[in-house]
Amino acid sequence: MNLRKYLKVYKKFIHTSLASELEYKTNILIDLITAILSLIGSIFLLSIFFQNNGYIGGWKFEQALIIQGIYTILNGITNTWFNPNLTEIVKHIREGTLDFVLLKPIDSQFFISLKKINPSGFLEIILGFFLLFFCIRINQINLNLGFLTLSLITISCSICILYSLWFFISTTTIWFVKTWNATEVLRSFLYIGRFPLNSFSFSLRIFFSVFIPIAFITTIPSEVFLGLSQFWKIYLEVIVATLFLITSRKFWLFALKFYSSASS
Amino acid sequence: MVQNIIDVSNLSKSFDIASKEPGLKGTIKHFFRRQTKSLKVIKDISFEIKEGEIVGFLGANGAGKTTILKMLCGLIYPSEGSIMVSGDLPFRRKENFLKNITLIMGQKQQLIWDLPPIESFYLNASIYDIDKFEAKRRIKKLSEMLEIDEELFIPVRKLSLGQRMKSELLAALIHEPNILFLDEPTLGLDINAQRNLRKFLQKYNENTNATICLTSHYMKDITSLCKRVICVHEGSISYDGKLDLLLKKLSPVKEILIVCRSEEDAIKLENSGFTVKNKIKNEITIKIENNFITSSLKTILNNFDIEDLFINEPPIDEIIGRVLIKKDYEI
Repeated sequence: MNLRKYLKVYKKFIHTSLASELEYKTNILIDLITAILSLIGSIFLLSIFFQNNGYIGGWKFEQALIIQGIYTILNGITNTWFNPNLTEIVKHIREGTLDFVLLKPIDSQFFISLKKINPSGFLEIILGFFLLFFCIRINQINLNLGFLTLSLITISCSICILYSLWFFISTTTIWFVKTWNATEVLRSFLYIGRFPLNSFSFSLRIFFSVFIPIAFITTIPSEVFLGLSQFWKIYLEVIVATLFLITSRKFWLFALKFYSSASS
Repeated sequence: MVQNIIDVSNLSKSFDIASKEPGLKGTIKHFFRRQTKSLKVIKDISFEIKEGEIVGFLGANGAGKTTILKMLCGLIYPSEGSIMVSGDLPFRRKENFLKNITLIMGQKQQLIWDLPPIESFYLNASIYDIDKFEAKRRIKKLSEMLEIDEELFIPVRKLSLGQRMKSELLAALIHEPNILFLDEPTLGLDINAQRNLRKFLQKYNENTNATICLTSHYMKDITSLCKRVICVHEGSISYDGKLDLLLKKLSPVKEILIVCRSEEDAIKLENSGFTVKNKIKNEITIKIENNFITSSLKTILNNFDIEDLFINEPPIDEIIGRVLIKKDYEI
């Protein structure tokens, strides 16, 4: 793979996406306001849960805010990259425009996963980081290199898991043609990621760890922040993320053999 | 000797197609127990195309033309048989192969809708690893050939269909491919835009010796660009050869309207042994076989007092229409 070429193409993707989005100024403004209101609403909701009881699943409100911060960052990434690109896969397949992607001398997964960027999602990422820094202060977390490395690794793994899950579901469009609902269900499951895994019953915890690994996406990185996570959990998250990435890649290549293109 | 750039042998393609009965009952049945059947859309076809050739694929809707093009450019895996395009197996979609081909579809677009076409051109240039200066040179050259200039800087959504199609062509040709697959490129264009596009393709072929495979329902596209046609009927090839031979075979006679100076001359001509279609006063229409046109006209002009005469070619759409519904044409 020619890395220089891919970087050059990605630079162009950023340029064309920003230029396209900036054509509609009002839309960007509305998206930015929505991002701020959504974060305020989520924190308000979380504070209601903690109003009568100081602890939920062994987590204090200040600690649960870390999960909210990580969720906001992931949601920002979802809105910046996953949503504009991965929902387009369904459209590409339904309308047959995937033909143009497949005939370009560039990796098709790279092209359809990163072609578009929604700049308003950046604000959510920034807000998420602000919330995390605020949590680091109120929870008196000691910042050091080991902590930062582990945090970065676990958050990166969360992004990989989330991307792979979404990409996997979108790929099934090659057979089922229409899978909007499945990706919507995935998004709604993600909302669950705003709460500590321990706040759910045992059976739900198993479900959200094994079948839809929401636990890996927000809870483990949050535990790392609080110094509560055991190393085996971090290793497990790295393994799960790698497996998910490899599987989604192999599944895409396999699915392309069944692509029949839309009729003209 | 010119080499084959496309080699297809015993190619077949089957699709699983779902069928549904009409009405609510049919819909519910279709939802719970989907009936699918395997449909062979391409049936054991073989052909070769030489470098620099322009070949037209003719066929009715659903005959399999687009499926053939998509297999040739590597989008669809064949079920049986083999395809070699430019020495490669297309469905492997290797980088060098993809840099050598392009697909243009009249009804689908790759340009970024909200941005001027120039942005899509530079994006494509980076994908094909063409540096900025070279890309600029190619855009200039192709835009001159396509006669587009200011349109390059206007958002795609504001362009007319004709301007958009020209921009699509430029985007698809920026990497200077040797093989062009065109699926109904003039669809929906007005007469002038169609003519300009044909002129461009002709010029591109002359300048670069690129091979062009074209499908179109506009006969003018086929007659002005393609010397050779491949007729596809229900997934099989019903004719593969020169277009003029096919036309001669299908339309062996011409109708000639002769205006005589007097009605007596018309009567004399009517009784002189020619096949007469009709006669109205001093105007008479006769049918003459293509091979005898010159000699027959010489005889008529020498022996009768003729005021005027018109040779009527049967409309080409009508002739080709006959090919599309028939299974075999042996020349």
